[in-house]
Amino acid sequence: MAKTQTSRPIRVLVAKPGLDGHDRGAKVIARALRDAGMEVIYTGIRQTPEMIVEAAIQEDVDAILMSILSGAHMALFPRIIELLQASNVDDVLIAAGGILPDEDIPAIKAMGIQGCFGPGTSTEEIIEFVRANVRDERLSIEV
Amino acid sequence: MNTLVEQLLQGNRRALARMITLIENEAPQAHSYLAELHLHTGKAHIIGVTGSPGAGKSTLVTRMVRELRVRDRKIAVVAIDPTSPFSGGAILGDRIRMMELAGDPMVFIRSMASRGNLGGLAASTGDVVRAMDAAGYDPIIIETVGTGQAEIEVMRTAQTVLVTLAPGMGDDIQAIKAGILEIADIFVVSKADKAGADQTAAELSMLLSLDSRRRKEAWRIPIIKTSSYKEQGITELIDSIQQHYTTLVESQQLAQRAQRQVRSELQNLVLQAVTRALNNTITAAEWEQITEAVSSRTRDPYSVAAELEFRIGLRQYGDKDADQ
Repeated sequence: MAKTQTSRPIRVLVAKPGLDGHDRGAKVIARALRDAGMEVIYTGIRQTPEMIVEAAIQEDVDAILMSILSGAHMALFPRIIELLQASNVDDVLIAAGGILPDEDIPAIKAMGIQGCFGPGTSTEEIIEFVRANVRDERLSIEV
Repeated sequence: MNTLVEQLLQGNRRALARMITLIENEAPQAHSYLAELHLHTGKAHIIGVTGSPGAGKSTLVTRMVRELRVRDRKIAVVAIDPTSPFSGGAILGDRIRMMELAGDPMVFIRSMASRGNLGGLAASTGDVVRAMDAAGYDPIIIETVGTGQAEIEVMRTAQTVLVTLAPGMGDDIQAIKAGILEIADIFVVSKADKAGADQTAAELSMLLSLDSRRRKEAWRIPIIKTSSYKEQGITELIDSIQQHYTTLVESQQLAQRAQRQVRSELQNLVLQAVTRALNNTITAAEWEQITEAVSSRTRDPYSVAAELEFRIGLRQYGDKDADQ
């Protein structure tokens, strides 16, 4: 529980990469994180990897949570990771949710996406995951 | 010079983003960084955009940025959304309408939660604007929370204040005439493609004609109808914003406003120091004890405050002046 006592609110980007317009899940997550005391930046639907990475940089977020239901995750996630690496963003927690087939999960995790959350995941689980995995050095105010 | 400051001055976007995080969270080193940055500021035109929720502020800002990009400007936006008083969390949704701007390296957008500050801005918005100014952004647009009536704080930070009204809100004009109406440098009637826009503009125009103080000033407040849907009015609006800036410079008002801003900023810094001193000196247990004493009417707030002032060195022993 020590990690939940942060010195400042955790900032999270909730993003919808790709072309599906189903953002009920993303909105439920955004709301739950807000109610858990986090500052949530929601990008809206149909975002390109470039838009998501640029928003993450400008907003200096601690975590990026992506929701995708279109099946294009194996095309979009690697591009997002590549762009983050190109900008030397290496201290941000990345997780994904939506429709992610079991057989893809090892490959998604291998990209550096730490959490994969499918249908049925409770919001508490996601809140706890974010709190437990956001990098400590980001939250301590000394830099 | 500190590396982060140096990178920011060179226009590094991540450095600016990180600096804003430090400022927003009142990191111990933020003030010394800001002190260095201050020497590189004063170049940007700061534009405030305010208006009630749903008036179309974010959409308007997006269109303004697009037009300013056509004019080859490098623009920063600070968009403030409310913090939940219950959880301390916030959903910052202004970016949704601005995402089309996200790929442009000449545009920097930052969302801020109000974190309990009233008046439409976050407590550190002024300092965030300062960092953006030092990073070479001009103009800088501040989009306020949008609570409607008391958002006058933007006046202290911005040089040109836009008040946005959507048609069809009827008597809302009556409701806001005391607060927001007085701080406008430019009125924007948004969603002008909808019915009622002309009437809203006419009502505003009538209210302005009754304002005797404003009538004496060099700047005539324009009422500009915009429609993002029909792509109307934005060129005119940006022209008008630039004319306002020119008028401010020519009439020396820019310098006067700057001095007022500096003064209120200094007062604020001292007030913050007093709050800090109090919190460092008085323990939680002591606070509880004295608040209990006052609320149970065993003691009065004035003599307790005098005692606290003494404790933090604001009052000498035997000082009697503010006792009554």
